[in-house]
Amino acid sequence: MIERMKQWISRINIGQLIVLCFMLAMMVMIMVLPLFSLFARAFQSNAEEFVGLENYQAYFRTPALFRSIWNTIDISLVTAFFSTVFGFLYAYALTRTRIRFKTFFRYVALIPIFIPTVVHALGLIYLFGRQGVITRMGFEIELYGRIGLILSQVIYTFPQAFLMFFVTLEYADGRLYEAVEAMGVKPLTRFIKITLPEVKFTLINVIFVCFTLAFTDFGAPMVIGGSFNVLATDLHTQIAGLFNFSMGAVIGTLLLTPAIMAFIVNRITNVANMGAMSAKSTKLIIKKSRGRDVFFFILCSVIAFCFFALIGALALGAFTTLYPFNMTLTLDNFRFNPAQGGIGSFFNSITMSLITAAVGTVFVFAYSYMMEKTNGLTALTKIGKLFSILPMALPGMVIGISFILFFNTPTNPLNFLFGTIGILVMANVLSFFSVPFLTATGALKKLDKEFESVSDSMSIPRWKLFYRVSVPLSFPAILEIFMYYFVSSMVTISALVFLYNPTFRVASISIAHMQAAGDIAQAAAMSLLILVVNVAVRLLYELAMIFIKYKTKRRES
Amino acid sequence: MSFLKVENITKKFGNQFALNNVNVEVEKGEMVCILGPSGCGKTTLLRIIAGLETSDSGKIVIDGRDSTYFPAAKRNFGIVFQSYALFPNMTVIGNILFGMKQKSKASKEDLEIRALEVLRMVDLFEHRNKYPRQLSGGQQQRTALARAIAISPSFLLLDEPLSALDAKVRNKLRSEIRSIQKELGITTIMVTHDQEEALTMADRAIVMNNSVVEQSGSPRDIYNNPSTPFVAGFIGSMNFIKITKGEQAIRPEKICLVRHSEQHDYTALIRAIEFKGALTRINGLMRDKSEVYIDLSSQEFDSMNLREGATMFLRLPEKCLTSYSDSLIIEEPV
Ligand SMILES: Nc1ncnc2c1ncn2[C@@H]1O[C@H](COP(=O)(O)OP(=O)(O)OP(=O)(O)O)[C@@H](O)[C@H]1O
Ligand SMILES: [Mg+2]
Repeated sequence: MIERMKQWISRINIGQLIVLCFMLAMMVMIMVLPLFSLFARAFQSNAEEFVGLENYQAYFRTPALFRSIWNTIDISLVTAFFSTVFGFLYAYALTRTRIRFKTFFRYVALIPIFIPTVVHALGLIYLFGRQGVITRMGFEIELYGRIGLILSQVIYTFPQAFLMFFVTLEYADGRLYEAVEAMGVKPLTRFIKITLPEVKFTLINVIFVCFTLAFTDFGAPMVIGGSFNVLATDLHTQIAGLFNFSMGAVIGTLLLTPAIMAFIVNRITNVANMGAMSAKSTKLIIKKSRGRDVFFFILCSVIAFCFFALIGALALGAFTTLYPFNMTLTLDNFRFNPAQGGIGSFFNSITMSLITAAVGTVFVFAYSYMMEKTNGLTALTKIGKLFSILPMALPGMVIGISFILFFNTPTNPLNFLFGTIGILVMANVLSFFSVPFLTATGALKKLDKEFESVSDSMSIPRWKLFYRVSVPLSFPAILEIFMYYFVSSMVTISALVFLYNPTFRVASISIAHMQAAGDIAQAAAMSLLILVVNVAVRLLYELAMIFIKYKTKRRES
Repeated sequence: MSFLKVENITKKFGNQFALNNVNVEVEKGEMVCILGPSGCGKTTLLRIIAGLETSDSGKIVIDGRDSTYFPAAKRNFGIVFQSYALFPNMTVIGNILFGMKQKSKASKEDLEIRALEVLRMVDLFEHRNKYPRQLSGGQQQRTALARAIAISPSFLLLDEPLSALDAKVRNKLRSEIRSIQKELGITTIMVTHDQEEALTMADRAIVMNNSVVEQSGSPRDIYNNPSTPFVAGFIGSMNFIKITKGEQAIRPEKICLVRHSEQHDYTALIRAIEFKGALTRINGLMRDKSEVYIDLSSQEFDSMNLREGATMFLRLPEKCLTSYSDSLIIEEPV
C-alpha cells in the first residue's frame, strides 16, 4: 500500500498536475458552477428560498408560457424535417453525382454560417416582408410568426445538416456500393439498401442537431417571431423584461432538454459510427447518369440561388436610399445611428471575436494537449474529457442565463467581470468549445506517441516540447480553431443578449436593435459588414493553409 | 556488480500480465538483446527500465542506486523507438541539438562541435541540414541513434530500432550500431523479435515469452543449450523427435545423413529440398509421420545425390540430443 503510494507520488509531475488542475478549475468556473446556479435557481423563489417544484407548477399552470413549448417543438420539428431532407440531397449531389461546380456549391452552402441568425430573418423580411421583393411580385406569405421562423431556421440549420451528411457520404466505405452497383441492382433498391444504412447514424444525429438548434435559437424569433412565442423569447422576456429569474431558470432547464437528448444520441451514434468509417475506404467511382445529374444540378442551383437571393436582398436594402421607394444608390446606410450601437458595435464584435479566438484557441489546444498527453492522473483526465464534450449540449441562452445567475451576485468574487468584455469572451469560449476540442485532439493524436517519451529521456520539459514541437506541427488545426472561434463569435447572439453592457454592444445585437427601431437598411448594411469580415477571415484561412502545405512540401522533398 | 538490475518486476494491464516477476542484470558496457515473440512484454520492460512506465512491484537499480521511483529525466539514458519519433519540423542537427541544449551547460559552439562529431560517427554529416522526411529510413534511424547518443547517456535503450527497415539496410545497420556501441563502450539494451539480430549483435541475449524470462546467456550458449523447448524453437530451428528413449530435441545441422543404414539409424522420406545458398535444408517425414528438418552444407548435399521422394538414413549423435521430458510446450521448428 505504502509502496503504491510512494510510486504514485513519484510519478506525478508537479507542473503537469498544476496545469491540469488549473484547466479543470477553469471549466468548473465557467461551466459547472454556473450550471449549478441555474438548476438551483429553478427550484428557488426569486427571494432565493427553496420552493421545490413550485416554479415548474407555476409554469405549467400559465397557458401563455406553456403554449410556447408546443410552438417551439412545432417549428423545430418542421425545421428538422426540411433541413435534413435538403441537407441530405445537397450533400448527396456533391458526393455521389457527377454535377459540375461542386466546389462552388460547397462554399455557397456555408453562407448562412457567416451571418447571425438575426440576419437570416432580416433577409427574409427583405424578400417576404410587407414591401419584400417577392411580396411585391404578388406572392404573399404570413412572414411574422410560424412560417417565417421555420424558413429562417431552415436557413440556419441547413449548413449543419449538409456538412454532417457530406462528411459521412464522402468518407463512408464506397466498396460495398461499387460491388452492389456491379451486380446491377436498381437505383431505388440501392438507395434503400445501401445509402440509407450508410448514413443512418448521421441521419439520426442530423435530425437531433437541427431540432436542437431551431429549438434554442433566439436571433430569428427576436426579429420575426411576431406574436408566435417560443421558449427562447419567453426566456428573454422573463429575464430582461420581468426580472423573474426563477421562471427564467425553469425555461432554461426546458431549453436544455432536447440539447441533452441530442448530446446523448450523438455519443451513442458516434461510437456506432466508428466502424462504418474506414480510413482505407476506396474512392467511389460514380457512374454516368444524365437524368440524375440534371435533377441534382437543378436542385443545388435552386438552393444556391435562394442563398444568393437572401444576400442580394440585403445588399439591395443596404445600398439604396429607401427601398423600395427610393432606389438611388447610396452608402448612407453605412453611417450607423449611434443610438443602436453605431459602427462601434461592429468594431466591438471584431475585438470580442479576436480576443475570444485568441483566448479560446490557446485554452482549447492546451486543454486537449493535457487530456491527450498527460501520463498518469487518469482520474483527472477522465473528468476533463467529460467536461470537454458537455459544452456541445449547452445552448447559448442557457449559458447566458447561467452566467447571470452565477456571476451577477454580489457575493461572487468574480462579480467584477460582469458587464465587461471578459464575460462575453468566457461565454463564447465555452459555447464553442466542443468542436475545436475535437479538432485539436484529432491533430494531437496524429503526432508520434513517443515524442513525449523521447523528450522525457532528454530531460526536455513538457512545455518546451509543447511549443517547439506539438504547436508547430498542429498549426493547421490551430488556425482552423482560431477561425472557427472568430466566425462563431462574430455571429453569435443568444448568450450575449443577457450579458452585454449597453455601452459595449456587439454587431449581432445592434442589428436586432436597428431592425426593431425601424433602421432596417442600416441593419442590412451591418449584416453585410459581418459577412464580408467572416468571408475574408475564411479566405485568409484558406490561403494560409495553402501556404503551410507548400512549406511542408518543401520540407519533404 | 552489475550496472543495471531489474529485480522481480511485475506489471499488469487490467488483469493480464505484461511482466511476471522479471529479473534481468546488465553489466557495464554490455550489449544485451531482449528477444521474444510479439506481445511477450519486451517493450513494457524497456519502458519500465526507462521510467516511462510504472511497475506494479519490483525494483530497478541503476548504477548502484535504487531508481525505481526516479522519473525518466533523472535516469540519464538515450532511447530509440521503432518509429524513431524524430521531430519533423527540425533538421537532423536541430533534432540532435534540441536535447543536448537541455542537458548540457556548454556553449553553443561546443555543442555544435559535439553534434557534428556524433553526426560523423553515424555517417550523416552531409545530411545534417535535411528534414527527417527528406531522409531514407536508414538515415532516419541513424539520426534517432545520433540524437540518443549525443546527450552522452549512461545507457542506451533501443526498441526494435531496425524493424521498419528492409533486410539489406538492416544488415548494414546492425554492424554499424554494434561498432558504435563498442567504440563508446555504452551499456545498451535492445529489444527485438528477430532472433538473427539478437544472435549477431548481442553480448548476451535474454529470451522472453509470455511475460517471463525464459533464458539468458551468451547467444552461443543459448543456441547450444536452450533451457526450454520454447527457447529451442525460437532461437534457430529444432527438431523434436520421438525415439525409443522418449522425445528428444536436436538441431537440424546436427543430424548426419549416412549412405548405409546401421542398427541405430532412422529412415525418413524426403519430402522437399530447399536450396539456401551455402546450406541446403531437407524436409523429411519419419516413420511415425513426424516431420524432421536437416541442414547440410550444399557441397555435401551435392555429393550425396538426394532426390525428393527418395529415402534417407539419419544418424542422431548421442551428445547432440537434449530431452525436455518434463516440459509441455512443443514448438514447431521454423
Ligand atoms: N498501455 C497498455 N494498456 C494495456 N495493455 C498493454 C499496454 N501496453 C502493453 N499492453 C499489453 O501488454 C502485453 C505486452 O506488451 P508489449 O508492448 O510489452 O509487448 P512486446 O513484447 O513489445 O510486443 P511487440 O513485439 O509486438 O512490440 C501485450 O499483451 C499488450 O497488449
Ligand atoms: Mg514492442
